[in-house]
Amino acid sequence: MSGSGVDAAFVVQDVTREYALDGVTVPALRGVSFTVDAGDYVAIIGPSGSGKSTLMHLLGGLDRPTAGSLRIGGRDVAGLDPQALARLRNETIGFVFQSFHLLARTSAVDNVALPLVYRGMRASERRRRAVAMLERVGLGHRLDHRPNQLSGGEQQRVAIARALVTDPQVLLADEPTGNLDTRNGQAVLALLETLNAEQGVALVIVTHDNEVADRAHRKIVMRDGVIVSTDVPPASPTADEGVS
Amino acid sequence: MRFAEAWRVAIDALRANRLRSTLTMLGVIIGVAAVVVLVAIGTGTKQQIERQVEGLGSNLLIVLPGQVSLGSAPSVSRMDLSDVDAVSKIVGDRNRVAVTVASGETVAAGNVDTFATINGVIETTPQVFVRSLARGTYLSRSDVDTQRRVAVLGWTVARALFGDRDAVGQQVTIAGVRFRVIGVFAKLGQSLGVDRDNEVHVPITTAHRLLGTNRVDGIAIKAPNRDEIDDLSARIIAELARRHPGTEFSAVTQEQILGVLGDILGVLTGVLAAIAGISLLVGGVGVSNIMLVSVRERTKEIGLRKAVGARPRDIGVQFLLEAVLLTTLGGFIGMGLGIGAALVVAALSPVPAAITWWSLALAFGVSAAVGIVFGVVPAQRAGRLDPVVALRTE
Repeated sequence: MSGSGVDAAFVVQDVTREYALDGVTVPALRGVSFTVDAGDYVAIIGPSGSGKSTLMHLLGGLDRPTAGSLRIGGRDVAGLDPQALARLRNETIGFVFQSFHLLARTSAVDNVALPLVYRGMRASERRRRAVAMLERVGLGHRLDHRPNQLSGGEQQRVAIARALVTDPQVLLADEPTGNLDTRNGQAVLALLETLNAEQGVALVIVTHDNEVADRAHRKIVMRDGVIVSTDVPPASPTADEGVS
Repeated sequence: MRFAEAWRVAIDALRANRLRSTLTMLGVIIGVAAVVVLVAIGTGTKQQIERQVEGLGSNLLIVLPGQVSLGSAPSVSRMDLSDVDAVSKIVGDRNRVAVTVASGETVAAGNVDTFATINGVIETTPQVFVRSLARGTYLSRSDVDTQRRVAVLGWTVARALFGDRDAVGQQVTIAGVRFRVIGVFAKLGQSLGVDRDNEVHVPITTAHRLLGTNRVDGIAIKAPNRDEIDDLSARIIAELARRHPGTEFSAVTQEQILGVLGDILGVLTGVLAAIAGISLLVGGVGVSNIMLVSVRERTKEIGLRKAVGARPRDIGVQFLLEAVLLTTLGGFIGMGLGIGAALVVAALSPVPAAITWWSLALAFGVSAAVGIVFGVVPAQRAGRLDPVVALRTE
């Protein structure tokens, strides 16, 4: 991929994240390294407390590593202030959460358009893009419905449309099927995979469900803040060049 | 985020919690309404009194025995009618000089009686002060010279004794002596709670005999023009001092009375506005409190907005606008309520009320400022919220 001139989605090098809890330093991540190429499909799996949520927050630009280097879409997050991180999240990353995180009392189309609000885009252009994205996820007939008028599967599809409306480089999905029944969960996964295949957006799914993780092209298994097994090549200049 | 967008979001948030928004605004509404009403009453009272003092007539100079200042008790006068003649000589025109000797007496007609101020005066009074008659005629010079028992009644006295009947030509008894009513004054109204129509004018010569005295309480002079007031005042006081060695005399002008009254009423209005301002401040604290609750409640929303690209500033502005919207909306409603209440007070009670543009601007400005001041802390808290923590909140 690097051969085509596109930056890797993530380059994680020896990343550590520690939290101070009542004066005691608790390490959540202890030296993690890997690379996610543009357009890749990676699952991060591990039990609760393994550090996968911390890793996801770091990949999402919501948090910064205590030590080590993290590049998101070619940009090193170490030098970014909260404003720049917000912009990075807006432009590079699309989030999909387990509990959807849709704004109540707000129509599907306005929920989808929300990230564009923070780009200062005109309302008419926002709506045009949001409608197109809702049609893309099969909800063209639910534009003005509010979250409480939609099923769980539909709500998650609205959330996916919101994640994609900014045309991000990466979709970061945190247990996207966790709150859905099997049928809806399968449909949502299929949608994410289609988007990954057709739009070339990299897909990173954080899950504790092996069935979900096994569908990914690569799998990162975590335990106690470290990667215990992976078929993702480690982040190194040689590895980077090796893929193409 | 665009500013217009931020307004829309703030309006939506307030709409979503209609009852809470209304109750929060209530503190500001009451505060602003109180400021507007109390300032209106203070200003109205001031204007009314100024109008009344001005209504006495222009270029007026009042000479009284003793040191005159507000609050000092009037001293016993040693002046008599010969002093009035001396003052008239200095002024050069008897028609510009008025005198009074006053006493409170019972006035009766048939079996009805009332208590009123009896003013012993000379026939020049309507030329010096601005007084007009509703019916009949005023005292004449011959009434004064021949000590006639004739009286001009104030509106309240005429009403109390004769009701709707015409008082002119009727008999009244003042301190046991019979007088014939020759005129009734037009209504003047109240001033500082005192009924200015509860008086009776009789010739000063008649009054002297009735009261068993020959004193003159005060002399009023209408100067030909403003420039002569100071010179006239100095010459009159000098002459009176020469005629009554050891007695002090002083002269006050209309401007001086207006100035002192204006100062007092200005302070009064300020104090009223300050008290109302405190309630506005309390309303602001309420806004701050509710905004903090709102930030906590909407932690998840803040987390999501940050995840999709809201900068700390975007979130801060959103919450600040919400607070400012609450207080300015409350300010507008309070202004409307205050204007309405002031109009009702002015229409239904003797208390005057005048709405001034500056009190409206002040109340509105203060309420907007209150929103900013009391919205800053909750807004900063919202803006600084860690998105990781915010998203984790369920």
